[in-house]
Amino acid sequence: MSVLVYVDQQDGKIKKAALEALSYGAAIGSQANLPVSALVAGQVPKEELDRLGSFGAGKVLHASNGELKSFDGAVHAALLKAAAAKENATVIVLSHNFHGKDIAPQLSVLLRAGLVTGVISLPDLSAEFTVKKSVFSGKAVARVKVISPVKILTLSPNSFPLTPSGKSAPVEKLEVALPASRVKVTSVEKESGAIPLPEAEIIVSGGRGMKGPENWGMLEALAQALGAATACSRPVADAGWRPHHEHVGQTGLTVRPNLYVALGISGAIQHLAGVNGSKVIVVINKDPEAPFFKAADYGLVGDIFQIVPALTQAVKKFKGE
Amino acid sequence: MKILVCISRTADTTAKIAFTSNNTKFDEADVQFIINPYDEWYALVRALEMKEKDGATVQLISVGGPETDPLLRRGLSYGLDSAVRVNYSGSDPFRIASEIAAWVRGEGFDLILTGKETIDYNGSSVGGMIAALLGVPFISLATKLDLAGSRATVHREMEGGEEICEADLPLVVSCQKGVAEMRMPNIRGIQTARSKPFQVREPESGEELIQSLDFELPPAKAGVKLVPADQPEELVRLLHEEARVI
Ligand SMILES: Cc1cc2nc3c(=O)[nH]c(=O)nc-3n(C[C@H](O)[C@H](O)[C@H](O)COP(=O)(O)OP(=O)(O)OC[C@H]3O[C@@H](n4cnc5c(N)ncnc54)[C@H](O)[C@@H]3O)c2cc1C
Repeated sequence: MSVLVYVDQQDGKIKKAALEALSYGAAIGSQANLPVSALVAGQVPKEELDRLGSFGAGKVLHASNGELKSFDGAVHAALLKAAAAKENATVIVLSHNFHGKDIAPQLSVLLRAGLVTGVISLPDLSAEFTVKKSVFSGKAVARVKVISPVKILTLSPNSFPLTPSGKSAPVEKLEVALPASRVKVTSVEKESGAIPLPEAEIIVSGGRGMKGPENWGMLEALAQALGAATACSRPVADAGWRPHHEHVGQTGLTVRPNLYVALGISGAIQHLAGVNGSKVIVVINKDPEAPFFKAADYGLVGDIFQIVPALTQAVKKFKGE
Repeated sequence: MKILVCISRTADTTAKIAFTSNNTKFDEADVQFIINPYDEWYALVRALEMKEKDGATVQLISVGGPETDPLLRRGLSYGLDSAVRVNYSGSDPFRIASEIAAWVRGEGFDLILTGKETIDYNGSSVGGMIAALLGVPFISLATKLDLAGSRATVHREMEGGEEICEADLPLVVSCQKGVAEMRMPNIRGIQTARSKPFQVREPESGEELIQSLDFELPPAKAGVKLVPADQPEELVRLLHEEARVI
């Protein structure tokens, strides 16, 4: 019996969400006294693979079949199935991110293993195998029991701390025959250099109070000073002021950063649904009655066009720039 | 072209979230139920667009009890062809996917659309499970979907951007914002929805892999601390010293 963690990567770089999944898997391993292996799929440089021991892998399995290149979750699920058989895995952990959400349900079918997505804490092994997951878009938590012998969990980003130990782990090449990829990626449209929202620890987000796309320079300056990613409310994306992938909320992305700074966002219940897992929320709004203040930790009542530039200066001063 | 759209019944986005029976059941009192927005606004409407453009036949399916019927009728009122409900009321996603896959095996579909997740259980599981049960490809989190003959071109979300990919039909796609233009059912659609073919099918007996035990509400926030608008340095200090997030 063992714990197997799918370590997600993009362009050869291990994602932060994957290190969290690995740390979480390692914690289950020490709870249940089981060995932990990490599975990495695709071309990844040796230095990246060598980091995984420090995040709790006892062993790193690396597969670099050509079939893994053009992402087809079915192929990655087949790889995980082979690795799970080899390691006799009873608990399999993935990140609750784009790849994890694609692979995990397919793996669940291949292994007839119960899947709980978006888990937020370690399983309770005393009560058979129960684990907490976020439901109702963060407005509640459900306790779910996995009935099948093999369990699959996807971990919500930013819900488990990273604790590098400095240890190292051997890297083994995993060679298995895989089905051909049936999904052909023809092109990628990505904003280079931008911090991807689901991975961001700090997010600065703008709403209709920003008045128009021409004012986003002010928001971006604050984001840059904080080292933050940028996001927006739905009407802002609908109006085309910002790209759709920045839209957070019930019908957009769910984010769980350490710090969420909302500029000119009223805090409608559907917006809150996507951000209420944030550790700390700062709201800047000229309307003291804006519902967002009820969900906030810190609030400034006033005009964003005056406050934000001054706040950016204050952050820069604090960071010694 | 035969398209199947999977829809789920969920509480309205503004519903008060509370639980009864020792926190084991969602409190449905005074709650309005809707078609899960991802299923309705994106999967269903995209199928409708394909019907209008290329004459696709579109069927709706939902796995649920009789309380789901009004929502299937609402779905039909957009102008879709028929609906089927599988009479099973549990929440295990594997069991739900197995029921849908069994229906697809009997009927044959070229394209199966789901929403990216339901807004209540937030499982994002059923689409991928249907694909794996049927052995057909799955593309998740689509923001654009087009067909040319038996090949689909799909834009899907990734960290910080999008990937454009292609796959052959039959195919399962989970849909989100961007896939379809917003619209509402019209009067004619609403009037004809009642006369559209609608069948109820008894479930097959199947395995369940997970079981939801009970629920809890997250701890309430301590309350907002207001910082004077002309003291941004004070906010920076609090974020550093008190909240420790910068
Ligand atoms: C089913 C459903 C799903 C939805 N999903 C989402 C979702 O996923 N995400 C989402 O965001 N919304 C969603 N919505 C929409 C949501 O209900 C709100 O309409 C939306 O979030 C409002 O966006 P906003 O806060 O940017 O704009 P508004 O509500 O217009 O708020 C603008 C705010 O800016 C403030 N303001 C204006 N000028 C200034 C200034 N100079 N300085 C400071 N403050 C200023 C105002 O006081 C106001 O509070 C959904 C709605 C429905 C019905």
